[in-house]
Amino acid sequence: MQRPSNATSQTSWTAGERAVNAGFGISAVTLVCVVTLGIGAFGLRLSRTTSDFYVASRVVSPGWNASAIGGEYLSAASFLGIAGLVYTLGADMLWFPVGYTVGYLVLLVLVAAPLRRSGAYTLPDFAEDRLESVPVRRLCSLLVIGIGWLYLLPQFKGAGLALSTVTGAPTWVGGLIVAVVVMANVVAGGMRSITLVQAVQYWLKLTAISIPVFVLLWIWLRHGAPQPHVATTQAGHEWTRPLSGFGGRDHPVYATYSMLLALCFGTMGLPHVLVRFYTNPDGRTARRTTLIVIGLLGLFYVFTPVYGVLGRVYLPTLPHGVQADSVVLILPMAISPGLLGEVLSALLAGGAFAAFLSTASGLTISVAGVLDQDLLRPRFSARTGGDSVAVQGFRIAAVAAVLVPYVFSQLSVSVGLADTVGLAFAVAASTFCPLLVLGVWWRGLSTTGAAAGLVTGGVLAMSAVLVTMVGGVHSGWSGALLAQPAAWTMPIAFLVTVVVSLNTRSRIPKGTARTMVRLHAPEALNADLAEPTPLSY
Amino acid sequence: MPIAGDQGPSKRVRITSPRRGAARRGPIRPATTEIDEQTGLGKVYMAALLRAQLRLTVSVLVAVAAGLGILPLLFLAVPATHELRVGLVPVPWIILGVLVYPVVALAALYYVRHAEAIERDFADLVDRR
Repeated sequence: MQRPSNATSQTSWTAGERAVNAGFGISAVTLVCVVTLGIGAFGLRLSRTTSDFYVASRVVSPGWNASAIGGEYLSAASFLGIAGLVYTLGADMLWFPVGYTVGYLVLLVLVAAPLRRSGAYTLPDFAEDRLESVPVRRLCSLLVIGIGWLYLLPQFKGAGLALSTVTGAPTWVGGLIVAVVVMANVVAGGMRSITLVQAVQYWLKLTAISIPVFVLLWIWLRHGAPQPHVATTQAGHEWTRPLSGFGGRDHPVYATYSMLLALCFGTMGLPHVLVRFYTNPDGRTARRTTLIVIGLLGLFYVFTPVYGVLGRVYLPTLPHGVQADSVVLILPMAISPGLLGEVLSALLAGGAFAAFLSTASGLTISVAGVLDQDLLRPRFSARTGGDSVAVQGFRIAAVAAVLVPYVFSQLSVSVGLADTVGLAFAVAASTFCPLLVLGVWWRGLSTTGAAAGLVTGGVLAMSAVLVTMVGGVHSGWSGALLAQPAAWTMPIAFLVTVVVSLNTRSRIPKGTARTMVRLHAPEALNADLAEPTPLSY
Repeated sequence: MPIAGDQGPSKRVRITSPRRGAARRGPIRPATTEIDEQTGLGKVYMAALLRAQLRLTVSVLVAVAAGLGILPLLFLAVPATHELRVGLVPVPWIILGVLVYPVVALAALYYVRHAEAIERDFADLVDRR
């Protein structure tokens, strides 16, 4: 095993080095923030009505929309978290990006086109429309806010981590910058500007993650392609081997399957993912958009694990005070100290900030939309007796949607970025997944059954999340079951929904048959179906 | 439903024949009207569409679940899989890190093509005048 010649620089990650580095890092982060705000301001001129604010008036083409979905989806967990997990825990963590991608395939085949055809703006809209029930709508609103905030937490934490790694700033600064930029953008422009911002962010992130990979791999080859440092533990756990329990996690087989289940079935229930689908003109473009998204995500995820592997080669132990989640950011300096390393590190910091900004924007839009529609607007209308404050309400909601999780991100204990995001997926898979899948495909779904499933899945998954977030990941079966709850909470939620529905047939919504027609019949019937456009982009 | 237009009743040419007393055919009812009015026939049409789409969905899901789901067990049961290397990289890393993505994309392409075909067939069926 050949040690690279620059090994001495790895352990001395001093304040001095950070200061040299800081100039580039600050420039990159500033540039990303300014570009984000600039495009947002540009989009502001196009955005006029409440409908513009929410879904860009539904005139976004599949290519743009797919880039925007990709831009919005690739979060702190994708940009930094996966590499950090692969670095710490090894081969099993490769399932994370696989699950993130397959989630879109599952979404595509189960719900993409019907959801778009439902014509609803948000998840609670869909629930109310399909189940003809306001209480179920309220339940969904609560869940959207819960999942949205859970997913926003790691974005703010990741931003703090990234900025402090690159510039040495205190950890609260990075999160605050993201919070302020997102608030400014959402409050000013709504989704029209956000769609454009998100689409640009995807390509920015792909550039930022891929160029350093090529450069670093080239240097690695010139160093004689040294192998990763993979100390095997006494129990025979091996970093490179799948399911070997490396990193001290118990029951790796259960954890792998449960995580895969959460990621595959949770994607469709993420609030910011669904809102994007309403910007497609019809069901068919919704499908095509999803297809492009799968390609874009796969392209991105090929690069991320490379950082974890190169981390094992060049950073056998992390410098003091550096968390595994920032391995992406410190790697260039470890491999090539000097100007090149600094520039690459700055590029990665910029890309990471693009990730925080885009995901946080999307989540903020969805959470703010729900807060506005279901909490603020009824109050406002009661006081003013009119709809003159619709846009105003959305802006107030956006501020609340950002500030609450930011404050919590400063309080909560350290669970890894990708782990926290994984928990948000588990909650979504245990609540919205049964609602959407059964709502789209099963005529027998009753209002009571849907509500029972949402409550059961929500309470079980949220409890598991809270225990894990507060107490950390425990050992043994209880720890494995709580850290990866989807494998038991999701089937229970499905079962409860079905059994209760079968026993409350009188509560099947009256308009179910008509809703099913709307969800599944192509919109273009009777119109221009004579010449369907060929499948090319 | 808006199918009247130029081919509407105004252009119909009345054929007079000895059988003028025979029962007359009712107005032409497009299948979309049957669906819209939720007649028995309309329900049959919709049920057929739903069944076809669901069959496609389930078959893609089962294929993907089998393909992905077997991988962890394969790695666990056959230790040779991770001793095997292509160049410097162990085979499981190549499968999970690279090969999975094009396969998933192909599955998605397969689904989109077939789902659109089902909808085209359905449109042909109900749009028949």
